[in-house]
Amino acid sequence: MTEKLLEIDDLSVDYETARGDLKALRNITFDVNKSEIVGIVGESGCGKSTLISAILRLIAPNTRFRSGEVRFKGEDLLTASERKIRDLRGDDISIVFQDPMQTHNPVISIGQQMVDIQHRSKANKAEKRATAAKMLGAVGIPDPEARLSQFPHEFSGGMRQRIAIAMALMSEPDLLIADEPTTALDATLEVQIIERLKDLQRDFGCAILFISHHLGVIAELCDRVVVMYAGAVVESGTVREIFHHPKHPYTRRLIECDPGHIKERARVLPTIPGEVPDLANLPTGCIFRDRCDQAFERCAEVPPLTRLSDGQNAACWLNHAEEPA
Amino acid sequence: MLQFTLKRFALAALILVVAVTIMFLMIRAVPGDPVSIMLGPRATPELKARLIAEMALDQSIPKQLLLYFGGLLRGDLGVDVFSGREVTTIVFEQLPHTLKLIFSAITWSAILGIALGCFAAAHPNTWIDRVAATVSVSFIAAPAFVVALLSLLIFAVQLQWFPAIGVGEGFWDTAWHLVLPSLAIGLSWVGYIARLVRASMLEVMGESHIRTARAFGLSERRIIGIYALRIAILPVVTVIGVGMGFLLSSAVFTEIVFARPGLGKLVIDSITTRNYPIVMGAVLVSTGLFVISTALADLINALLDPRARTNA
Amino acid sequence: MTDAIVNPAKSKSELAIIIAGVARDPLGLIGLIIVGVIVFSAVFAAWIVPYDPIAMNIPDRMQGPPTAHLLGTDQLGRDTFSRVIMGGQVALKVALPAIFGAMAIGLTLGMIAGYGPKWLDNFLMLLFDTIRSFPTVMFALAVVALVGPSLQTVVFVVMATSIPTYGRVARTQTLTLRNSEFILAERAMGASIVRILSVHMLPNIIGVLAVLVAMDIPTVIALEAGLSFLGLGVKPPTPSWGALLKDGYALIRQTPWLVVGGGLPIVIATLGFTFLGESLRDVVDPKLRKNR
Repeated sequence: MTEKLLEIDDLSVDYETARGDLKALRNITFDVNKSEIVGIVGESGCGKSTLISAILRLIAPNTRFRSGEVRFKGEDLLTASERKIRDLRGDDISIVFQDPMQTHNPVISIGQQMVDIQHRSKANKAEKRATAAKMLGAVGIPDPEARLSQFPHEFSGGMRQRIAIAMALMSEPDLLIADEPTTALDATLEVQIIERLKDLQRDFGCAILFISHHLGVIAELCDRVVVMYAGAVVESGTVREIFHHPKHPYTRRLIECDPGHIKERARVLPTIPGEVPDLANLPTGCIFRDRCDQAFERCAEVPPLTRLSDGQNAACWLNHAEEPA
Repeated sequence: MLQFTLKRFALAALILVVAVTIMFLMIRAVPGDPVSIMLGPRATPELKARLIAEMALDQSIPKQLLLYFGGLLRGDLGVDVFSGREVTTIVFEQLPHTLKLIFSAITWSAILGIALGCFAAAHPNTWIDRVAATVSVSFIAAPAFVVALLSLLIFAVQLQWFPAIGVGEGFWDTAWHLVLPSLAIGLSWVGYIARLVRASMLEVMGESHIRTARAFGLSERRIIGIYALRIAILPVVTVIGVGMGFLLSSAVFTEIVFARPGLGKLVIDSITTRNYPIVMGAVLVSTGLFVISTALADLINALLDPRARTNA
Repeated sequence: MTDAIVNPAKSKSELAIIIAGVARDPLGLIGLIIVGVIVFSAVFAAWIVPYDPIAMNIPDRMQGPPTAHLLGTDQLGRDTFSRVIMGGQVALKVALPAIFGAMAIGLTLGMIAGYGPKWLDNFLMLLFDTIRSFPTVMFALAVVALVGPSLQTVVFVVMATSIPTYGRVARTQTLTLRNSEFILAERAMGASIVRILSVHMLPNIIGVLAVLVAMDIPTVIALEAGLSFLGLGVKPPTPSWGALLKDGYALIRQTPWLVVGGGLPIVIATLGFTFLGESLRDVVDPKLRKNR
């Protein structure tokens, strides 16, 4: 039995807004095992970012946790003290954020920022700088010693993202959360970063929660995948199962629409017709019903996320066809 | 950085040249014989002749202007009509008093203002924040010389906690004499800086890199006090630099109210005795001070903000 | 015409909306009331004052309040309250023409800078920057030294030193509006420059300038009072808040109420105009918050 590192259990999160509560996450459930790479995939606005900010409680003031638990090594983070959460941040759990251009403090040198985040270490300043330089070298920044004294704007976007990864891995975390780390970069850089992440994961042995809307990257990097749609998990399972035998119509459409999967050159990239439902005013029944070409009467009821085969779960009535209604 | 510095000082120099020209033309534009105006009732033919020769008034206006600039470059602002002493010497004797006053005022008000602003930004939209905002506006509204007079009346005359006039001797006595004048000049700055810091602090706290700092478990104190403040402080530096003119103006009044030596007292005394070269010299020096301080503020900003360094 | 090319400032009820917006804000309302009281007492000063503000009455001199004289008398037996009320009138007499004069000139120059050729823009900007680099009071003292103290001198100094502020704001606004759709549409239809500037630009800039006016009035009042305090502003025996302060300062141990009588109105007036200006700014243009 593999050891569970992070367990998201029935998590529901709302944003209080002037228009009423925005139901950003509803009954999210999935696990991340030790040293495992789990991908979360979904269109923008599906709640991926809310999910990661909820894990580390880096939340906007109008965020409300309605139900569920986020357990890290068995302890619920949602009810943990502020102190306890802060001890985890950047130590046991690290994050690489989406936009590398905005992620570092613009007026503090990279070296200083990398020394500052080692605030738990007892090492002296010179040792911390040496550690920082070593990490920069590990993510492939040439001449790391000299570049420590430079400022963020003196690095390219790809370099900044590698620096962000170096910073996140410096404390040798058990869990690395990567929030679309390659979205802001071009394709060549994307491949580089992914390769780098893979190598580093092998060396450091940390688990990675990798968020992306890019299926190709997920397939390349991850062991398991969680597919999210409009604030809910619609399907989860191993990369192999999900990509070869998707059990939810949304996953199927997502794969069909992925540019990497289109064999023939098409004039227009296929997209899923229809719009993501308004989270402040959710429709009844299955959330994908309005955009689903296989919808039938039973979809008026919300389908539960059901375990189908070993490791694969889906929330769709199509998989319940043989059972009596 | 070097290029930035040179450019900035070139602009400062250009502004100074135009300023001097305006001042010069203004003096010449005054109707009547400038020498008689300058000398007033003291005008004797000998004095007049001496002054005309000294100021090259018998030359053409452009030539006079050139000669004037030539003098300026040598640090020559003319001579005191009475004593015949160099105006430059007299002005620079008084300047340190004024600078001491200005710097003490801006120091205490900047420290307090930044602290208040950070505090308000850390607790936005609470009642503390609203009280701080209202107090800030009220402080901004208080003209320095009125605060000077009222504080003189209350704390020096009525309560007699502080000395009313003079600068004092020795460190503690000097500091003690500085309290009320410095309060008068700095009070409006506390509110101004607090509001500025609050606004820019709130903006910075919403930026992504602050979330990164939090994600690495840095303490809130370190995040606000260093990571955010290093950025939020930039507009304060600019404002203080640009505010030098305002500070100088406040200092003039405050020096009069508390009977302190300094540029203000020098100018007022010279106006009453119609000692024009000193008035003009003091005005030019304070203008120069202002131009230099705005340029310095830009340079300090460039030092604090690596982005400004490379972009400029 | 579609909505996009309609001049946004041309709705009739805008003034009413702005005033309502200011009155809704508690500080704005306080500001409105204070300014109202000041303007009222200045306009009707002649009827309000219980005594002639410049009539000497030596037997009654240096009487502390409250006696027959509400706020006491000065060293010449003149009634302080009457002088305070009249002083308000003097303050506005200096501030209003000076500021509106500066606004008119600044507005014109600023629009020319923003709309005209680049070299003219550069020249005007250098001129503005230079004038702004004179510390106001020092500049005022230099002018007073040259032409002598008078009400007109104060008005001139205030005008000269505030033109750049108005000019800069007008220029920025003109530059941003210059390429907006409704101006481009006007240009395409062949409107003259004068028409574009006066009919289309002006209404859009004036709101922002109104905020500056409200913010500037206290500065001017303080400057006038300051110069009069130094004996370099309005001439005695004209009652001015600054002159009250001057008399009070000279005899601060004997007639401290003069310092209060001259100082408090300045503080209150400043507060009132500042509150009003702040509130106006929030209503007219929240973005302006950062630009000043």
